[in-house]
Amino acid sequence: MAQYETVIGLEVHVELKTNTKIFCHSSTRFGGDPNTHVCPVCLGLPGVLPVLNKKVVEYATRVGLALKCSIAQYSKFDRKNYYYPDLPKNYQISQYDLPLAERGYLDIDTEEGIKRIGITRVHMEEDAGKLVHQGTISTTPYSLVDYNRTGVPLIEIVSEPDMRTPEEARAYLEKLKAIIQYTGISDCKMEEGSLRCDANVSIRPVGSDELGTKTEIKNMNSFRSLQRALRYEVERQVEALEEGGGIIQETRTWDEAKGITLSMRSKEEAHDYRYFPDPDLVPMVIDPDWVEEIRASLPELPDRRKERYVADYGLPAYDASVITATKELADYFEECLAGYPNAKAASNWVMGDLSRLLNAGNLDISQCPIKPDQLAGLLKLMDNGTISGKIAKTVFEEMFETGKDPDLIVREKGLVQISDEGAISTAVDDVLAANPKVAEDFRTGKEKALGFLVGQVMKVTRGKANPEMVNKMLKEKIK
Amino acid sequence: MDLVYMTAHELHDKLTSKQISAEEVCREYLDRIEKVEDRLKAYMTVTGDLALNQARSVDKRIASGESIPPLAGIPIAVKDNMCTEGIRTTCSSKILYNFVPPYNATVVEKILAGGMVLMGKTNMDEFAMGSSTENSGFYTTSNPWDTERVPGGSSGGSAVAVAAGETVFSLGSDTGGSIRQPASLCGVVGIKPTYGAVSRYGLVAFASSLDQIGCFSRDVTDCAVLLNLITGHDPLDSTSAPGQKTDYTGFLNRPIKGLRVGVPVEYMGEGIDPGVRAVINDALKVLASQGAVIEEASLPHSKYAIPVYYLIATAEASSNLARYDGVRYGYRAEDPGDVVDMFMRTRSRGFGTEVKRRIMLGTYALSTGYYDAYYLKALKVRTLIKQDFDRAFDKYDVLISPTSPGTAFRKGEKVDDPLQMYLSDITTISVNLAGIPGISVPAGFSGGLPVGMQIMGRPFDEGTLIGVAHAFERDTDHHARFPEL
Repeated sequence: MAQYETVIGLEVHVELKTNTKIFCHSSTRFGGDPNTHVCPVCLGLPGVLPVLNKKVVEYATRVGLALKCSIAQYSKFDRKNYYYPDLPKNYQISQYDLPLAERGYLDIDTEEGIKRIGITRVHMEEDAGKLVHQGTISTTPYSLVDYNRTGVPLIEIVSEPDMRTPEEARAYLEKLKAIIQYTGISDCKMEEGSLRCDANVSIRPVGSDELGTKTEIKNMNSFRSLQRALRYEVERQVEALEEGGGIIQETRTWDEAKGITLSMRSKEEAHDYRYFPDPDLVPMVIDPDWVEEIRASLPELPDRRKERYVADYGLPAYDASVITATKELADYFEECLAGYPNAKAASNWVMGDLSRLLNAGNLDISQCPIKPDQLAGLLKLMDNGTISGKIAKTVFEEMFETGKDPDLIVREKGLVQISDEGAISTAVDDVLAANPKVAEDFRTGKEKALGFLVGQVMKVTRGKANPEMVNKMLKEKIK
Repeated sequence: MDLVYMTAHELHDKLTSKQISAEEVCREYLDRIEKVEDRLKAYMTVTGDLALNQARSVDKRIASGESIPPLAGIPIAVKDNMCTEGIRTTCSSKILYNFVPPYNATVVEKILAGGMVLMGKTNMDEFAMGSSTENSGFYTTSNPWDTERVPGGSSGGSAVAVAAGETVFSLGSDTGGSIRQPASLCGVVGIKPTYGAVSRYGLVAFASSLDQIGCFSRDVTDCAVLLNLITGHDPLDSTSAPGQKTDYTGFLNRPIKGLRVGVPVEYMGEGIDPGVRAVINDALKVLASQGAVIEEASLPHSKYAIPVYYLIATAEASSNLARYDGVRYGYRAEDPGDVVDMFMRTRSRGFGTEVKRRIMLGTYALSTGYYDAYYLKALKVRTLIKQDFDRAFDKYDVLISPTSPGTAFRKGEKVDDPLQMYLSDITTISVNLAGIPGISVPAGFSGGLPVGMQIMGRPFDEGTLIGVAHAFERDTDHHARFPEL
């Protein structure tokens, strides 16, 4: 069997978090009763005209700059003509040959190290509405259409075909999402459709410079389904070639339940979009000084933040990557550090127990019941010996459940560590008296026996005895 | 003098001096509509009750001693392609036979704010595509000078309503001559302002880069007064021009001594009816007698104007008219099999022949593989046409030509020959391609039918057009002749 190389490029659509739509004053809010966030303009009624929302250009410029693109000084909107009932004008206002931003890149972590993925372009366009029907549009007795989303501003980010594995594609999308979230212009919620991804996939013999025939994959609604769909599609293409067949240029849809891609339409059925400049909008002349203002206002981006965590906090690169992967998590981490200086200990808790409980509860960090200063408080209680590490885990879970301060939980439940020599000594004496045989075992060299005795002392003190002191005292008393 | 043939400035004086009430004016015009509409069919919808209410509220203002603006209480009709809230707006198309807009076009807001009385909506060629109103999806409007003849188009209903005393004013839209040509054929004043001078918000688009709203009136003074009201920047229209408002009445009564007038040879030669040419030559003599300097001029790229226009206008139309699909409003085909069937049957049945012809032309011109050869090339030639005008205006203050190559033609004469129909716009189309203003004024008669003179000017120099037109009007009485009805 021949060796194949996979070539993947992604087209990502991101909804911008502006208050109003791209060409009118209707609200962009998600949800709401159908057709309540609409006006004559976004409904495309006869006679209406679009007026560009300048905030959209600003937000798209932020993304373009964050992706190291050059920003056009002259840009325009074009009409993309196709018929579909969720598109009120039967054309979408988009950008064709003069996009707002071009020629950028982002870096991803791979097993072979950092890899640079090219960004072809970033352009602005309007979103379409939503159709609800039974089965497919051609078999349903009727369709309902909700135009609330119509005219919500989108940016489309097109990558170069630089990715070679489904894992790289996933890493690219995760990184892209992180960067966009850092710029603060979108929620990037895949489940709400504010981040959507299509993939162009082809394979070619290793060593070949020519691109193979590509397929376009749609309908991947999570990072996981992107990776799964690409794995499936690559296998499908390899099999097709191995069986002596060819790849048909077509659009395919990912069926999450069946775990396969299915043909949607072939190249022959593809639309001729008949792009032409939208005569209702004047071309945009973009002031380079304004672009520089936006550049100066960009926040610290994930790569820079990661470097700072390694350099300033001494975090391992892995920890720094995980924590800076979303702005919210990194912000949480830094707020925690404001009250507690040991970065590595904090990162262990954030990456370990905190992430575990968030995942189990299907929560994201913004919904975390433990506030960063409360986590800092818990870590301090541990460091100053008020509670043991073991008790800390119990307190932590209690905090997660109730949102209470750690001091309060420790006080209410009487969880303060016993470090009083007299109290510990009494407990040790009681345990030795009750377990003379085990004590003898330890004296004759069975190291394991000590563990049992420590356990007994902790049991008697309901876990509150300072474990180091218990250890030390047991050894002294048995000798 | 007959009330229905009075100008707005005459009526304004009678209203403010309380010789007559706005309600009486309104009733007079409604009676006139009642009397002549059967024969003329200028209107799609007459809004009589609304008009009377508006007139009464103006009367209240007058009675309370308020000083009313110059056009308050004056009747106006609006072409049926401008959105009127709560009033059916059909574009004379079956596909919009039941469309009632939930909003007003900016220009409609302005006439209402000016206290004008809306008499109704006027008939037109479907979606403004045509030169005779014969492409209306409902009926053809008749020319009041000879009801066997067309009034011109596409704003034929608006032109006739003014010419026949069914309103004082009307609004029209002009994409390739749709105000000026019917003004010429009906013997009234019609102006197409500079592209961007009047907001297009609420004007149902035919060809967005060419469409412009303008108006019809009995004389040039009225034209200036209404222009004052409807021009100006509109934040709802990205292509509307920013800048200060002009008082166009300030250009009335100006001498034209020394005015440099160019007469493009391309608009006076072959294809121009000899009777029309004679009228224009006489009109030029009137201007010369007032001291204007008349010279032959040239617009060398004129011969490309019609092909360029029919590529650009149809391309834009093919996209602008895509929204009429039966999903949200207007006509929807009965019992569609599926969504594609619904789209196809709705559009096949809802649109008339000429509209479908232009949608197909435009779709073809924008298609992959043809875009560069047709649409892009047309845009380039459009620039050359515009440069012809720029050069001409280096030398001349205005250009003058016949508005239309002929007088009103007989109904049915050109319907089966679309190319012949397209050629009737040959003298007006370049003005839209260049985006400059043009006015048509009554210049005389040929064979008992009105002939219009077109005066073209520099961008946003409507003032000069008004000045020249008014100078001509002062020495002639063609505008004061009315058809026998």
